[in-house]
This record gives sequence, structure tokens and C-alpha cells, in this order.
Amino acid sequence: MAETATKQEEKEALFSKNNRRLLTDPLDDNNPITVQVLGICSALAVTVAIKPAFVMSIAVVAVTAFANLAISLMRNGIPPRVRMIVELVVIASLVILVDQILKAFSFDMWKQLSVYIGLIITNCIVMGRLEAYAMANKPWPSFLDGIGNGLGYGALLIIVAACRELFGKGSLMGFQIMPDSYVGNGLMLLPASAMFLIGIIIWIQRSRNTKLIDIS
Amino acid sequence: MEYLNLFTKAAFVENMILAFFLGMCSYLAVSKTVKTAMGLGLAVIFVLGITIPANWMINEYFLKPDTSIFGEDLTFLGFIVFIAVIASMVQLVEMIVEKFFPALYTSLGIFLPLITVNCSILGGSLFMVAREYDFSHATVFGLGSGFGWWLAIIALAAIREKIRYSNVPAPLRGLGMAFIITGLMGIAFMSFMGIKLD
Repeated sequence: MAETATKQEEKEALFSKNNRRLLTDPLDDNNPITVQVLGICSALAVTVAIKPAFVMSIAVVAVTAFANLAISLMRNGIPPRVRMIVELVVIASLVILVDQILKAFSFDMWKQLSVYIGLIITNCIVMGRLEAYAMANKPWPSFLDGIGNGLGYGALLIIVAACRELFGKGSLMGFQIMPDSYVGNGLMLLPASAMFLIGIIIWIQRSRNTKLIDIS
Repeated sequence: MEYLNLFTKAAFVENMILAFFLGMCSYLAVSKTVKTAMGLGLAVIFVLGITIPANWMINEYFLKPDTSIFGEDLTFLGFIVFIAVIASMVQLVEMIVEKFFPALYTSLGIFLPLITVNCSILGGSLFMVAREYDFSHATVFGLGSGFGWWLAIIALAAIREKIRYSNVPAPLRGLGMAFIITGLMGIAFMSFMGIKLD
């Protein structure tokens, strides 16, 4: 996929400083969840355990990257008044693709995730990045932006899932970690606990990176 | 009475935000002041109130196998048809707001088009299908869910306006605190689940 994108972007080096920043920024400084506030619904729903969170992150990376690429290629031909419908058709087709691939190669995981894979359509990260970035930028940077934002989303999802699985069930990736005498913390299994965890992650992130602090 | 019960259930017991945690993105980002929250909340009530009956009709007359005018089972198309209806409705709302309330339009920014991907809208349509409401119930359910969403965002915006005067640790100010307040509100709203309404 990198080869096809190279042809469209000839003037700037493939991994110039700017392009690298597109990949690394969303991991911390511009994280889709903690800074841009996009894509939180699924962060609450799939983070009870690590495995679904992991598969979900891969699916979101793929959908965001390719939706960004496709919309960026078509950006000059989309009339602004109907852009949302065009964007949604692109996203929905990609999500159906991901759904079918997952169904073919990992049926158990598909069964476990099926509802949430469908909900990628309404995951604001995809739509948000299309509106904010791909509509105004060239295909290759948009593609990188999609991957970066997907990864930033995935990183946060996995951290939250690890905390919830460890303290809620006493296991990681399905393996028992805590001693048998450990009583699972029921709060961690409620969706509300994901809110608290993300709140705490934001706290830690912003105390390290003070320029993100809200003045208001 | 039946409709009142359904409305109450949709607005409080099964609140879109605080019981199902649907539609969080715009909820957290646009709840800085009561005024913009009010604008977005009303837009969501409007969109939910229109899309759910519209999707009900499409589901009933085009998609369902036994009543469909095509005579085929087209329910697998539900997702893409619902989202298309929602997208066109949101585009309509966007044009209205841009024309008549330009100040509100700028303050809502990207979150107005994002109502389309507000999980609570698509979620509402999917719940409506799963629970097999009839037309009038679907409409009441849509308005009730919208009302619940509006209530929740107004509540959070009001708390956030007040909390500006408290001594919150600097890194937790704004977004971090909003997450924790929502978590607490969610736990508080769990108490509504004990209410039985039929």
C-alpha cells in the first residue's frame, strides 16, 4: 500500500520530519481520545478485556487510514453540501470489508466483537479526521494521519483494557495474574470505570505535558 | 399514560449517555458552556425525533421481509440505509443552523456535522428495530431519548460552569474533570434502573 501512495506524493520525502510527526503526534500530544475527544463510546464498550480492545484497535487503524486515503483522493470532487453522505458511504464500505475479513479469518473474535465492529461507522475518530484533515490535505499525509490517529486510539484503548482486566478479573489476556484469593473489583467491570481511568490518564498526561492544560 | 411511561423510561432509566454511554464524543467536547450545550442538545432532540420515525417507516415498508414492497428480506441493508437517512437529516439541520444562527454555528464547529456519527442517533434507530416498537411508540422513544441526552449535556455543562471556580488540580481541569464527573453521574443514574415502568 505504501507503493501506491508514493506515486501521488513526489515532492516531499516519504518520511520527512513533517510526515513522521503526523504519525507520532497522535500518540501523545494530539491523542484522539484524551486531547481531541473523539471516539469515546467504543473506548467504554470494548475495554473490559485486552483481546477485543486489541482487535478493535487494528480494525480502527485500518478503517481510519484507508478512509483518509480515499477521501483525500476524492477531496476536490466532493460537493461540500453532500460531503457527509459521501464520507459515510466510504466508511461504511470499509467497515463492511473489515467485518467480512474478520469473519473469514477469526470467527470467534468476530462473534465477540460483531456489534462493535459495526459501530466503527459511528466512531467519531474516522469521521473527525476526515472532516478535519483528509478534506484539506494530500493523500499520503492523510494516510499517515489516519494510521497515527488509529494507533493513538489503540494505545489508549489497550492501557484502559489492561487496567480493567487486571483489577476487574485479576487476569491479563485471559491468563490469571492475581492470586486466587483476589476478589475481582466489580466497579472495574462497569462502563463508568473506563470514564474514571481515562480521567486519570488525562491527569497523568497533562501533568507531564503542561502545554495541554485547559486554561478555562 | 403508556406513552408517558415510555418517554420517562427513554429519558431517565435508559438514558442514552448515562446508562448506555452512547454519544459521548460531542457530549464531552461541547459541554463547556450551558448555551452551546443547549444548542447541540436541541439539535439532537430534533434529529432523533425525526430520524427514528423515518427509519421506522423505511424498516417497515422497505426492509422487513413480510411487509416489504420488494418482497425480499433486506434487513441486512439496515445499517447503511439508517446512516444515510441520519446523514441527510444532519445536513439539513446544519444548513438551517448556518443560515439562522451563525453564532451558534461557529461555536459548535466540527461537532455539528459529527451529530451524524453521534452513536446515540444510530443507537436509537437500532434499539427501535430491536425492541419492535410501533410507529407512535418509536416517535415517543425518539423524543424521550433526545430529551434524556439534552438533560445530561445540560447537567454536565452546568456542573462544568460551576466547577471553574473550584480549586481543581491544574492538569485535571477541563476534560479530565468532565470524564470523572460523567463517571459519577453514570453511577448515580444507575439508581434509576430500579424503577419498573411498563
